[in-house]
Formats: sequence, C-alpha cells, structure tokens
Amino acid sequence: MRRLISLVAATTALLVFAGPTLGCAGLIGPNGAVNLLRTTTFAGYHDGVEHYVTSFAFAGGEGEFGSLVPLPDVPTKVERGGDWTLQRLNIETEPQLFLAADAARVGAAEAQVLLEVRIDALDITILRGGGAEVGAWATEHGFRLPPDAPEVLDFYANRSPIFLAAVFDADAAAERGQAVGDGTPVHLTIPTDDPWVPLRILALGKTEADIVEADVYLLTDHRPGLLPAPGSAFGPNGLELAHSGKANDLLLDDLRSDAGMEWIPDSAWLTKVRVNGSAADITFDLAIDPEGGAPSLADAGFLPYGPTPAPWATPRAWALLAFALALPLLAAWFAASVIRGRESPPLAGA
Amino acid sequence: MISHRIPAAIALLLGAAVVAGCGASPAPQRVEILIHYSHFSPAEVTVPHGVPVTFVLVNEDAIAHEWLIGDAAFHERHRTGTEPAHGERPDEVSVSALSSAQTTLTFDEPGDVVFICHFPGHEAYGMVGVLHVT
Repeated sequence: MRRLISLVAATTALLVFAGPTLGCAGLIGPNGAVNLLRTTTFAGYHDGVEHYVTSFAFAGGEGEFGSLVPLPDVPTKVERGGDWTLQRLNIETEPQLFLAADAARVGAAEAQVLLEVRIDALDITILRGGGAEVGAWATEHGFRLPPDAPEVLDFYANRSPIFLAAVFDADAAAERGQAVGDGTPVHLTIPTDDPWVPLRILALGKTEADIVEADVYLLTDHRPGLLPAPGSAFGPNGLELAHSGKANDLLLDDLRSDAGMEWIPDSAWLTKVRVNGSAADITFDLAIDPEGGAPSLADAGFLPYGPTPAPWATPRAWALLAFALALPLLAAWFAASVIRGRESPPLAGA
Repeated sequence: MISHRIPAAIALLLGAAVVAGCGASPAPQRVEILIHYSHFSPAEVTVPHGVPVTFVLVNEDAIAHEWLIGDAAFHERHRTGTEPAHGERPDEVSVSALSSAQTTLTFDEPGDVVFICHFPGHEAYGMVGVLHVT
C-alpha cells in the first residue's frame, strides 16, 4: 500500500514560491516554477460540515515551498489527513492507475492569523484577510507570488476571506525520509453552508496555455448539484464528470476506517470531477449544492463575482436558449398552418 | 511722489520680464502611474521632450514591482539581469508592495520608450507600457 501511495501521487498544487524576491527577469529560483503534479482533493459534506482533504507533495529540491489554498469558511480543525483516503478514492474510480501511475504603504490592514499547525514538514497557517492583506502576509513570509496573485487573491477574498497558507520545508521533508512524490495529507474540518472547491487557484502563476489538471472527489448525502456542470467528456469548461454514483458500502467502510474519517455516513453519493483545461479557461471554482439543487453563482465565482460569465450567460448559451424557446413556437406555427390548410375551401374549379 | 513710483514700477516689471525670459524653463510635469493587478494604468503616456517629468508610481498590489524605462537594448539587458533591486538610477525604480515611489526624468529627444516590470513573468503577464515623447 505504501508503494501505491507513493506512486499515485496525490499532489496538491496551488503553487508557488520560495526564496527571496529577485529583480529582473530570468531569476525564477529553483523552486519558483513549482513542479506540482496532478492535484487531488476530496471534499466530503455531511451535517453542514465540509471535510476537505488534500495532499501536499514533496517535489524535491531544497528550502521552502509555499502554497495558498482559499477556503469557503473558517476551519475548526486542521489535522494530518488519513493515510489512504485519497488513494482509496482513486482506486474506486480508476483502478487502472495501478498500471498507469506516474508520478510607503498605500495601506492595507494585516491578515489575521486564526490558526497555526505543524504537520510533518508542513507549517500550516489559517488566515483571515482581504487579497492585499493575505498577499502582504505571504510576501512577508517569503512567498514569491506570481503576477496574477493580486487579482486571484481578491477573487477569493471577495467571497471568503479565509486562506490556508502552507510552507513546505523540503529540507525537513528530506530529513524525515520523504521521497519525491510523497504527499502529506491534510484534513480540514470546515463548518459551512456554501461548500465549494477552489479550482481557479490551480492556474495561479501559469501562462494562459498551461494545462491545469486535477481530480476532485465529492462525497455528499445526495447526488449533488454542481456549477459549472461537468460534461460526460471534457467540454469548454475543462471539466469532466468521471464518476457519479451511490458509494458502495465497502468504499464507505474503507474510508471510515482511515484516521479522522469516522464522520463518513452510512450512505452517500460519490462524484469524481476531472479537471483538464488551459489556465486561461479555469477562471471559476466548483460550487456544490449537496442536496442536488442549483449552486450559487457566487460560490462558483462567475460574474459578477469573477471574470467569466456563467455558462448560461455566454452568447452561445443565449443562442441555444433562444433556439430552444423558439422551437415550440415554430412547431405551433407549423401545426396551425397545416390545420388552416386542411380547413381552407378547395380552390375554385377544383 | 507718485511720479517717482511709476517709472520705478515699470522698471521693476521690465526687469522681472527680462529675468523670466532669460531663465525660461518649462514647468516640470507630473505623471501618476497606478499599478493594479500587475498592470500599469495608464499603459500609454505622452510627455514633451526637454521637460523634467516626475513619475509617481503607486503600487496597489500586495507584491513588489519595478518600473524600468528605456530602449530595446536596455530591456534586453534587464530581462536577463541579476539586480535584486533598483534605485540608483532614475530610469530603474523598484516599488515595494502596497507602496509608492517616484523618479524624475528628462527626455531629450522625441520618440517612444517602453516601461516594463522585469520581475519573472510580469512582462508576459502584460506589465508593459509606452511613453510617447513629443
């Protein structure tokens, strides 16, 4: 199992940054372009509480790596995640991975530190603050934020001013014997009414053409409503519904037996959303309605909460909607024409 | 008494005019450039040549930026440069996060010059502006 864990790199990503800030170009430090692989996260929602599990992978190198993860609300607990939750979910939906596995101030208040936790080689800080405050905190703590960070941090802070900052001490990881690709799972317990999974942050620091890849597992009491809705294949939004079905008892028992996962209910719906899109396209988050209703625009970060119109607000969607509305009218008009034709008197001389 | 005052006043006025004419220097200009979401605003600025221009750079971002202005060779040098910070030269300005900085430059010749932030990835992200010197 340990071998499997190291192979199935359940990695997180939310980039970033290390080392001192340097002027001039071409100075991205050895850790500047963080080699984060596929991101895997799990968001379970039960009894009004989101359980968010993700893994911070050791990608090699030296020094410190940093990551910022926006959160929908204030976590009440941050702890080491279980040993196999992400891997078990992966096996459930993609058994073939056994074979395919690869590894003078303008003015801003200070971010408020809500919680600090050390997990293995990770220093985790939960922050409350606006984009500028959190950005300033990150900069002061050695994070080298990419140029899109101010806009992206505001995008999140305007909806939920809660962030997780993780500093990964690569030297400490190496001393602990962590190999490249090994992850440190982190489990956050977040009471919230508005569960969502941050996706846009995955594109932070990437160029527009860079590809964002992630696997998102959701466990909810019912089949959830998702926004944007993933298609059966990758669509323009870069999302694919890779799995959707009632979770079987064996899976639930396995998950429940992992550390900190005793909250897993007796019955649940398992959804897997695969993300594979260009950074330019991933400008939203994945909003979830655990009861199957319609998630809010705000939780997904669509206009006016973000730069992108909701899927149904694009010109193409409006055209399709107009066509759909016009179709019954056309049919009615055609039917009426046929009826009138039948009722009309025969032509003179017929 | 009055007859004495009028010639004196005229002389004073004439003298002032001569002094002003001899030392005529164009009034210095002030241009404020906002840095927001890693973009310059305005990204296009027009100033006259031969006039000192004070550029006030206001960085609203929580990350540091720089404002380097010059010709193509100047920028090529900075794209591969190694200076961690600027400030010694008026055409190379570092602006810390959430702060402002200013510099004064005089452009002798008309033409276009480009200003760029050469922090890694910032130019590609669009942190580029043009100064038209008329």
